[in-house]
Amino acid sequence: MASISDSDLKEMTQDERVKALGMTSEQLTGRSMFMEFDADASDRFLYPWAPEVDFNKRIEIDSDQMTSTEVNEEIKKFMDQGYGTIVLKNPRGKHSIGVGILSKLNLIIEGSTGYFGVGLIDGPNVRITGRVGWSCGENMMSGTVLIEKNAGSTFGAAIRGGDLVCRGSVGSRTGIDMKGGTILVGGDTGALSGFMMQRGRMVVCGNAGKNLGDSMYDGTIYVGGEIKSLGVDAVPAELTDLDKNWLTRKLTQYGMVPTKGVNHFQKIVAGKMLWNYDNLEPSEKKLIL
Amino acid sequence: MCGIAGLIHKGKQSNVGSQMTSMLQALKHRGPDSTGYAVYSEGKNDEFVMRVKVAEADDMSSGRGIYAELERRVSKIDEILQENGVEVKDKIKATEYALRYVIKFEGDMGRLANHIEEVKGAEILSIGNGLELIKDLGDAKDVSGAYGLNSFHGTHGIGHTRMATESDVDIRSAHPYWAFPYNDVSVVHNGQITNYWIMRRQMENKGHRFTSNCDSELLAVYTAHNLSQGIDLEESLRLSINEIDGVFTYLVATKDQLGMAKDTMAAKPLVLYESDDLIAMASEEVAIRAILPQEIDTYDPYDEEVRVWQA
Repeated sequence: MASISDSDLKEMTQDERVKALGMTSEQLTGRSMFMEFDADASDRFLYPWAPEVDFNKRIEIDSDQMTSTEVNEEIKKFMDQGYGTIVLKNPRGKHSIGVGILSKLNLIIEGSTGYFGVGLIDGPNVRITGRVGWSCGENMMSGTVLIEKNAGSTFGAAIRGGDLVCRGSVGSRTGIDMKGGTILVGGDTGALSGFMMQRGRMVVCGNAGKNLGDSMYDGTIYVGGEIKSLGVDAVPAELTDLDKNWLTRKLTQYGMVPTKGVNHFQKIVAGKMLWNYDNLEPSEKKLIL
Repeated sequence: MCGIAGLIHKGKQSNVGSQMTSMLQALKHRGPDSTGYAVYSEGKNDEFVMRVKVAEADDMSSGRGIYAELERRVSKIDEILQENGVEVKDKIKATEYALRYVIKFEGDMGRLANHIEEVKGAEILSIGNGLELIKDLGDAKDVSGAYGLNSFHGTHGIGHTRMATESDVDIRSAHPYWAFPYNDVSVVHNGQITNYWIMRRQMENKGHRFTSNCDSELLAVYTAHNLSQGIDLEESLRLSINEIDGVFTYLVATKDQLGMAKDTMAAKPLVLYESDDLIAMASEEVAIRAILPQEIDTYDPYDEEVRVWQA
């Protein structure tokens, strides 16, 4: 299949674009439309009450003696004062750092965070130089989060948009219930990754644990290494040129293209047999499970 | 939701007591009900430390009569020790209801333990060469303060902060559990065991004793049973993943080993840090950071992962 340029994609309607990219084939009714994050159009994604921040105004916060609540209040306070680049030092595994940031911001966390780091965010670019605990980026709506080391379990649970990137390995149940956006993992992922995934794309450059994509509704999972086992109703699909293009583009963005390229990636999608589970004959149900 | 933590200093003694306290205090939000420690030092080969409680913390508010009753219980224990030809080297009252004996004994430790537990209200918390097992209600600072643990030097240890979900808030249901009657073996656990009653009945049929209704005690009994069958620690941990149902991450410490096992769904957290001279693990990174200020690399073990480290 011939490659499609960005300008072609812009010309298309949302439906056509989705089909051309071969990523999501069905629309779940009553859900919001799948949108690609476009840096040029980022202004459209701002909330009216979001503070005006200047990326060139930079400040450092030493969070060593602060509680999580104090750190988050401090971040909000500096954003209201127009600081667009905030560097957080010594997070030392604190939980819930940087949650609920709903505007543009460059947040650099120098160290490791605990549970629920940068959850519920909509817009900021976050870079974490250490490791993150469970549920990092949970429910994030847009923006980018880049983690330099490893991540815990339920990485990017219920993520709706944006790029969530971990250069190291992540724990189990990565992208559980994800509803959009992209999760990129440089290393391995644990069991039940992509469980009940509804939309979006997950890329794992290393190996995947057992029951990958169990009960997924839709969305796509790419795995560069070995898959221990596929979950119920997760099926392999053909890796098209469009997939390869997209993978190369996305991985290049974060400098994560494997040395042997992307041609060896396996693509996993939903078999969609579970969609009609209640209408199946008992013998057919056995075939799926 | 409970908090578990473990720590090994390879080939040297260190201030395990205060480090464990820092780690467990950082995990307080995972369980404020009770805190427990099982810390290990080299110990003397022919001497055993025996920790016994003769009442629950709650019993102390049951009226003036309790003090006389406690004294009766303690003298009964002393009597039993004497009957069995045990040489008591040291005896300290750690709190009003908890005692620490240092004993010399060459006979059947399991039988001695059974005899002592015949005394009303008495429960042996631990027996071991190097093991000091301490558990009480309150947070890590309260417990380590009451039992003077901050000055403890040793090689390794495990600890637990408990949020009671399966049984009462009392010392008998607090972790760590000693693997009765195995010297120096202790267990801490975070999770819920769903085939607890089935397994408990099996274990009781094989003659093992349960002192509480806490599901975690099963892991201690199960480990003790496996060890009695000649199965080593690593194999026991591996077997438990298939034989025990539910969600769990647990740590087992012996005189010179520390092991961990994670269930098949990896539903309960554990963060690991490994270096040449120190291995630290805890339910949350924040506990490891409480003792290591420098930048370190940590990771989560995967589902069905079993590890054993040598102290």
